[in-house]
Amino acid sequence: MKERNDRSVSFGAYLPEADDGTIICRCEEITKGEIRRAVHDGMFTLTEIRRYLRTGMGLCQGQTCGALVKRIVAKELGVSQAELEPATSRAPMRPIEMRILGNERREA
Amino acid sequence: MSNHADVIVIGGGIIGNATAYYLAKKGCSVLVLEKSKHMGDGGSSRNGGGVRQSGRDKRELPLAIYGVKNLWPNLSNELGMDVEYYQEGNLRLGKTDAHIKILEGLTQRARESGLDVNMITGAQAKEICPYLSDEVIGASWCPTDGHANPMLATLAYYRKARQLGVRFITDEEVIEIRKIKGKAKQVVTKNNLYEGDTIILAAGYDSRKIAATVGVDVLMTQALLEVLVTEAQPPMFYQMLGTAAADFYGHQSTHGSFVFGGSSGYEGVNKDNSTPVTNSLTASCICRGIMKYFPCLEEAKIVRSWAGWIDDCVDHIPVISKVEEVPGLILACGFSGHGFGISPTVGMLLSQMAMGEETTLDVKDFRYDRFKAKI
Repeated sequence: MKERNDRSVSFGAYLPEADDGTIICRCEEITKGEIRRAVHDGMFTLTEIRRYLRTGMGLCQGQTCGALVKRIVAKELGVSQAELEPATSRAPMRPIEMRILGNERREA
Repeated sequence: MSNHADVIVIGGGIIGNATAYYLAKKGCSVLVLEKSKHMGDGGSSRNGGGVRQSGRDKRELPLAIYGVKNLWPNLSNELGMDVEYYQEGNLRLGKTDAHIKILEGLTQRARESGLDVNMITGAQAKEICPYLSDEVIGASWCPTDGHANPMLATLAYYRKARQLGVRFITDEEVIEIRKIKGKAKQVVTKNNLYEGDTIILAAGYDSRKIAATVGVDVLMTQALLEVLVTEAQPPMFYQMLGTAAADFYGHQSTHGSFVFGGSSGYEGVNKDNSTPVTNSLTASCICRGIMKYFPCLEEAKIVRSWAGWIDDCVDHIPVISKVEEVPGLILACGFSGHGFGISPTVGMLLSQMAMGEETTLDVKDFRYDRFKAKI
């Protein structure tokens, strides 16, 4: 497998595909084309893609789109999906209202 | 590819990326080495996004003022992507007479340093931000402060520098800087050896052990701070917020989510297992802090929280300095949790230092040898 840690390595130009308009991250409405272009902009890891585009940063925290984003990025980079680390899962695992998260009292 | 560059930057955070960009613009060949697999994975993408002048040490203030006047307003244009910079002012809030005293002291010192910041009443603060709790009785107000998106700003500098031909290598941990004929020249990583005529060390807290390989110590510690983010809210207000009691700080982002940072009081002793993990006490504590000032946000859902280390210099201002004993080495570390707002200015200054040009601003207050014993 080719190393992808040298960010100047060329892996071909971005070529439009017919389904580039398909929404992949539904929470943040990010399309396949945007994800593919981000790779060509130098975003080579799922963490970078997430910070650059907000994929997986919405209410579902990437539980819906995570695997799809990974597949698209791996294909664009020409690496195996196993080479790509998932983005870090963050607490709380389900969105929680501030008034509940901030309340640490025992229930009566 | 050649392992030689005019300038080697150690650390692909916003300081390193900004420096690489300004150097590339001057026609320099630049190589950036990043330990993580991800660009800007340290404090650069984990901070609260403040682009503040108020609350700064007076030695650091000229850097902040310069950036806000000359670099931040045009940064999105210059880098070709939106870094979500807002210049809608900074409110530092107080609820008690003791708070107001703290704010008055800060305001007076900032005014003496030439910053336009003043005290306002609770009613005036509510005119600026109608969502505030009635318990707020006063605030300090700096109308030219603001905030930006740290993840996007860090990646925007990276993207633009990469377009200009800067070479970036990730997953490339630097072990040692080596002197050749008395001059810093070689950078040794786990896998490779690189050579540069100038070496800029901007690796956050890791700079300490790397600088030690050429006999230089930067007096700093590491502290783990936390930030959280809400689900998107309707557009409400875009001032940067802080409090006299340091309960929390934050702002609403372009996306609509609120980004809030804070602490539990145990930052110096929290267990971290060598990764920047969040602590179970902190997010809840930050929420309680926010709700005291913004009760209207109590139903807002917290979606995510994260932590990041700051490289806290012993006097809480950075080291931005050439090193007499090690010609060819420039230090840029110890940003002490407020490096993001001044990063464009610092990148510009470092590029000037590396090129041997006169710097736009004086950097003598940030010398590496300023640490003296107490007696």
